[in-house]
Amino acid sequence: MTLSVETGDRPVDSARARNRPGRGRYRGRESARPARRIRDWASVTWFLVPALLLFALFVLVPIAVALYTSLFRWGGFGPPEDFVGLGNYTRLFDDPVFRGDLWRGLFLVVLSIAVQLPFALGTAVLLNQRLPGRAVYRTLFFAPYVLSEVVTGVLFGMIFLPGDGLADHLLDGVPVLDGLAGRWFSDPSTALPTVFLVMTWKYFGFHMMLYLAGLQSIPSEVLEAAAIDGAGPWRRFRHVTLPLLGPTLRISVFLSVIGSIQLFDLVWVTTSGGPTHSSETMAVTMFQFGFKRYQVGYAGAISVVMFAVSLVFSLLYQRFALRRDLRGAVTSMGAGR
Amino acid sequence: MSGGRALPGRTSPRRAPSGRASAGPALAGRTTAGGVLRHAAVWAIGAFVAVPLLYAVISGFKTTGDLTANPFGLPSDWRPSNYSGILSSGAFWRQIGNSAMIAVGTALLTVAASALAAFAFARYAFRGREVFFTLFAMGLMFPFAVAVLPLFVLLRTFGLLDNPLGVVLPQAAFGLPMTIIILRGFFRTIPAELEEAAVMDGCGRFGFFWRILLPMARPALGTVSVLAIVTSWNNFFLPLLVFTDPKWQTIPVGVQQFQGQYSTDYALVLAYVVLAMVPALAFYAVAERQLIGGLTAGATKG
Repeated sequence: MTLSVETGDRPVDSARARNRPGRGRYRGRESARPARRIRDWASVTWFLVPALLLFALFVLVPIAVALYTSLFRWGGFGPPEDFVGLGNYTRLFDDPVFRGDLWRGLFLVVLSIAVQLPFALGTAVLLNQRLPGRAVYRTLFFAPYVLSEVVTGVLFGMIFLPGDGLADHLLDGVPVLDGLAGRWFSDPSTALPTVFLVMTWKYFGFHMMLYLAGLQSIPSEVLEAAAIDGAGPWRRFRHVTLPLLGPTLRISVFLSVIGSIQLFDLVWVTTSGGPTHSSETMAVTMFQFGFKRYQVGYAGAISVVMFAVSLVFSLLYQRFALRRDLRGAVTSMGAGR
Repeated sequence: MSGGRALPGRTSPRRAPSGRASAGPALAGRTTAGGVLRHAAVWAIGAFVAVPLLYAVISGFKTTGDLTANPFGLPSDWRPSNYSGILSSGAFWRQIGNSAMIAVGTALLTVAASALAAFAFARYAFRGREVFFTLFAMGLMFPFAVAVLPLFVLLRTFGLLDNPLGVVLPQAAFGLPMTIIILRGFFRTIPAELEEAAVMDGCGRFGFFWRILLPMARPALGTVSVLAIVTSWNNFFLPLLVFTDPKWQTIPVGVQQFQGQYSTDYALVLAYVVLAMVPALAFYAVAERQLIGGLTAGATKG
């Protein structure tokens, strides 16, 4: 997303700004440039202040607060006084639940990339063809994205209710899958995969939309040229469509990973992280310690680690995966703008 | 199914390029084997998406006893009492009202602050521009959940708990990055000549912004407002923490509470879920274009 924004268009931009026939020149104040600068700054400041103030107060300060309080043993009331240094962090990484959170996060990320996104891509390719009623399908597939995770979670909590839910009735008597009956959210070995299933239901339509936008920006001449050169459908997909879709795919992977890191609502409503932590995520652990057990310093350390994980991932991803898109921007994404 | 009905006119050389991945003039899939397969696939995915939703709607018309005895079928008699009971309760409408008020407040604040900032970023060269812009853009990388705990501590210090502002202000702050990026992209497409002309006619900087740029940017403003409204409407984490007083509860918090309260009355809970979905789906029906345009623009433009 943001990441391809500043691709060296700055020189052009400021050059343009400089070449603009400024008012100054018309009033014969060519030499008054420094004064104008200051005035620019003054008015630019007024434009920026509301956003900066909001952003600083409610995004930057909280992150700083989390960093600071994570160094204390603190119940959340009064000023933090019991300084423990990095004690919360060492405790965190000794905690099997938190280490499990990291693994479970990785599990969700891997499943998303291996199952959910390919599924979304397949759907997008399907709907990119002439198909009667495809606009209706597109609208339908995207609809779950508009619902809140809470509503989705409560709905699927009902569907996967052991014994009485729709899922158990549907699978009643179906070989192999029959074994899932009564488990779903309530068995440690199936809880997290079930959460993933619901995530897929809710989010595949969003990724499908991204891919559809990407697919539509691929010029049909390229595909026709490949076809004339004798490439079959699969080779056209593999060697023309997929590479041209690269930037879209990389963005969608990015969004999917960030989404998995912060997953809370869905888990909280369906399993609260259980049974026996089997579907717990970092955000759920943080919530448990921060708001149920009042170990706010420790929960702050979890926030900081979530922050660090997102930051490191974003920076690495930007550096290694998205950088290419900046160069290729002219041939691929540029067409779609 | 496949060969018989193919019209000679259609099986022209055009057939070759019309394969799976082609966006081009594919054959109307109805007559080919591939077409049947495609339809089957789309139908299967459609069922995957639609069955849970339909299940909820239909179950809402049953009694819980009816629902456990007969989970799939249509109700033996359609009983609207679950729905009408919820609709005649004050709590449901209060939650809808709270969610709507908070969503509108968030959208107004996000869009106003972002439009001003995006204007500066898009059209002025000033020192530190890139630094500030990068700062905002980095906000996209931070999940909301990261800040929620310290936000709570902060809001308590400011006395903003059980106050709608305690939800509106942080939501607006977290909405800034995406909104600024989309709006900046749009503002850049408005030609500089226009501003020069406006200035020649004696329009100040803010006058240009307010009277010319904003009206021109109406489609983009619509898009980002829709995004802000949907995000706010669906937010759960922050309202859950900020509002302890039920009179401020928003609809996602309300759904969760309702489920906790009536956990064994499945049909009633499903009816509540359905009614909670309706505003979001209705809004989607009205604003589909803006919503999808905004999401894809947000993901690709930035």
